[in-house]
Amino acid sequence: MSEREPLLRVEGVTVVYSVGGRRNVHAVSGVSFALFRGETLGLVGESGCGKSTLARAIMQLPRPTAGRVILDGEDITVLGSRSLRALRSRFQMIFQDPIASLNPIRRVGESIEASLRTKGGKSAAERVRRAREMMTTVGLDPEQHYRRRPFQLSGGQCQRVSIARALMTEPQLLICDEPVSSLDVSVQAHIINLLRKVKSDYGLSMLFIAHDLAVVKNISDRVAVMYLGRLCELAPCADIFSSPAHPYTRALINAVPRPGPCQPLAGTGMLSGELPSPMDPPSGCRFRTRCPRAETRCVMVQPELRQIAPGHLVACHFPLREVAGPDEDHRPLMDRPDN
Amino acid sequence: MVKKRGITFWLSVAWIALVMTCAVGAGFLPLPAPDQIDWACLATSPDGVHLLGTDNVGRDIAARLFFGARVSLTVGVIAPCIGLVFGSLLGVAAGFYRGWPERVIVGAIDVFLAVPRLVFLLVAMFVFGSGLPAITLALGLLCVPSFARMARANTIRFAGREFVLAARATGADDVAIVLREILPNALMPMVAYALLVMGYVIVAEGGLGFLGLSVPAPAPSWGGMIAEGREVLERAPHVSMIPAAAMFLTVLSVNLIGDGLRGWMDDRESQL
Amino acid sequence: MTVSDTHLLTVENLSVTIPSSAGAVRAVDRVSLALERGRTLALVGESGSGKSMFCRAVMGLLPRSAVVPGAARVTFDGRDLGGLPRRELAAIRGREIGVVLQDPLSSLNPVIPVGRQIAEPMRYHLGLSSARARERAVELLAAVGIPQPEERLGAYPHQLSGGMRQRVAIAMALACEPKLLIADEPTTALDVTVQAEILNLLGRLQRERNMAMVLVTHDLGVVAGRAHETAVMYAGRIVEKAPTVELFTRMRMHYTRALFDAIPRIDDPPHRELGAIGGQPPGPAAQRVGCPFAPRCWRAEERCRTEEPPLARDAGENHSYACWFPLSQEERP
Repeated sequence: MSEREPLLRVEGVTVVYSVGGRRNVHAVSGVSFALFRGETLGLVGESGCGKSTLARAIMQLPRPTAGRVILDGEDITVLGSRSLRALRSRFQMIFQDPIASLNPIRRVGESIEASLRTKGGKSAAERVRRAREMMTTVGLDPEQHYRRRPFQLSGGQCQRVSIARALMTEPQLLICDEPVSSLDVSVQAHIINLLRKVKSDYGLSMLFIAHDLAVVKNISDRVAVMYLGRLCELAPCADIFSSPAHPYTRALINAVPRPGPCQPLAGTGMLSGELPSPMDPPSGCRFRTRCPRAETRCVMVQPELRQIAPGHLVACHFPLREVAGPDEDHRPLMDRPDN
Repeated sequence: MVKKRGITFWLSVAWIALVMTCAVGAGFLPLPAPDQIDWACLATSPDGVHLLGTDNVGRDIAARLFFGARVSLTVGVIAPCIGLVFGSLLGVAAGFYRGWPERVIVGAIDVFLAVPRLVFLLVAMFVFGSGLPAITLALGLLCVPSFARMARANTIRFAGREFVLAARATGADDVAIVLREILPNALMPMVAYALLVMGYVIVAEGGLGFLGLSVPAPAPSWGGMIAEGREVLERAPHVSMIPAAAMFLTVLSVNLIGDGLRGWMDDRESQL
Repeated sequence: MTVSDTHLLTVENLSVTIPSSAGAVRAVDRVSLALERGRTLALVGESGSGKSMFCRAVMGLLPRSAVVPGAARVTFDGRDLGGLPRRELAAIRGREIGVVLQDPLSSLNPVIPVGRQIAEPMRYHLGLSSARARERAVELLAAVGIPQPEERLGAYPHQLSGGMRQRVAIAMALACEPKLLIADEPTTALDVTVQAEILNLLGRLQRERNMAMVLVTHDLGVVAGRAHETAVMYAGRIVEKAPTVELFTRMRMHYTRALFDAIPRIDDPPHRELGAIGGQPPGPAAQRVGCPFAPRCWRAEERCRTEEPPLARDAGENHSYACWFPLSQEERP
């Protein structure tokens, strides 16, 4: 697809939970994508679509049930726990709830400093010095904030602490799991700007998960849309917003509020019905129960992710626009395990 | 918002401090030995010679009270500590690893809890003898199950929190996660609970003393003193009442301090 | 109740102070506003701007320690709420003022089926029989867009999705046909897709039932087209208040502008730097001298730091703002 070797390749990752007895939930089913160096890939979907589970599966917290996660050429799903721990400094994560992701009884400065402790090779004084530097980088005043505890800081400040902690180990990949969805709009802007800045300053690649398309559009180079454990569309940011191919993507875009007096109200062409239970997903295309274009074929055959334009992948039998092109582009791009 | 601790909290602290001072300083105070019998004064009321009077065989109640405080405090402090340490170890192991370690530990605790406590104590006294170390150990073992359950519940609660995941994401191993992330958080409510257990253990020791199962006579213990005063209860009620009051105030103080600390911790929790 | 009185709710000079170890916190500061029947007022502000405390004051649900200085007057439907005995206040709260809170999971009782939670207030306040209340509960669930309402009566809150729970919470708030609905961040805990649905639902129900609504939010983006009037709060004060369209087209406050710029927009190109307000909102107990926004305002001058601008309106206009140097025509978005 590209001559660039991706930093992260996710291949057929599946996460299955057992929920008592023999009932299983396929939270993530055969998701595959690549994340290139220096790129921000946005991942959107409603709550319960499995995007956080996917993020944790990539982090190996816990390991996925099936599939491979290849970071910089190395499959981290088969690593022993010791070598995995050693490699962890290269991929870090920022969690949704900024306050809950910090140890409540630790001083925040110590939380930042401690992430270097496991890497080893640095003296305590050196670690503290680095932690204070990093606090300055993320816009906190070490004099004022180093010795505070999480509950003494605002949500936005706690999220800055989390970012500092993640950056301490000098990662290549930063996975942000809804980092701004529990913050006020005004604080959210700060955090997004900060993430964009540290991404370019530190040459990071980023997987940015959110349910808010406007946020995702603001920060991403490419966007992947997830529904009920599967990817339904993956395309460059500009393409997916100007010409969404999956009916679900279009519904999501329509739901975004547009501020301003003369803008149409969000929610026209809304999704009907509820998200089906992942314990009992619909046959064929998982979106068919809410899709205005669903036909018999959607019930029978599960659509595979295929390319409809350069870099634009969609998993739909009847995408919203058919791009004129040679027929061979309509082949399934990746084999996916049946579940 | 930090709630101001009331006067009762500080009175309780003062009382415990007083009891501790007396227990530690009992040997240095100008008091008769706790087993020295003054045949001239049998069950006398408090006066200039005997500060708190004498018991039915003429021993100085103040001296016996102070030396008896050593027993109550030793048992009251060490037994909950035994419970806390062993309970935490078992509970954290069960809550952190789940699976078969949890099933074994929880099963063992359930079996242990099914044994009547008094029967356990009687058997323990029979096996270990009735010295202070034996009593402390036996009461300490009785505390282990409740601490273990609490530790397990707290560990499960914290092990799923995002800050533990975050620590794992930075590459921390199990030992570091338990010691640095989970234990400090799980321990806070358990320490407050230990104070509550302390009151319970002091009363339990008193009960054993009353039954003559605590430290062997003539060494003083509060429970034993109450029992000895029974014979002269009508004539000289202070012989029983003074140790009873001391025990009552001590247990009450310990509980009030525990409540105060718990309130303080709840305030902190609610700020999270 | 007089028919000529078009205002359902009037609040005059309402302040709320909460004593704390660090001195008295002025959570709400001299707020005055009026709401007509069947109209929607949006209250917009960051966390800690006092918008939730304002709602609690209107509902009479302030924390015990809170102090409301005597000059305040809250009139609801012709009655002075400050002068009412607790019992009557409680009756008004359940019956005539409905509330929808941010987190439906914590505002619903986890161990009671939702049907009973909706029916209970109707039996209590309206004296309906249990069969009639059940019938009404089904109607309400249908009205808030829950499919198969009869089957959902027996569901427990944890069995429902976030959006469904918020619908149930709305059904509960509507049970006694309130004249005023207070929606305190009703969509903050929800997905964007569900957010639009819930806001549309609230708007529809409000029009159908001619309810007045106070819509509290931190997102200026959601009020456009959904509120007749918008008030922006900062540090306990209302700093700008205007009909919503007027507010968006002729914004006067730098703070409002900053809130507006902070919103990521789906129609913008990717990687646009978002406008972010520097600094922190003032600490709750901070000394009030001058304009509270002055330390974060790029336009602030000496006067802003020493003299507090009053909430005033230009002659002949229905647009009030509290700023010495309001945005000019060119500075508006």
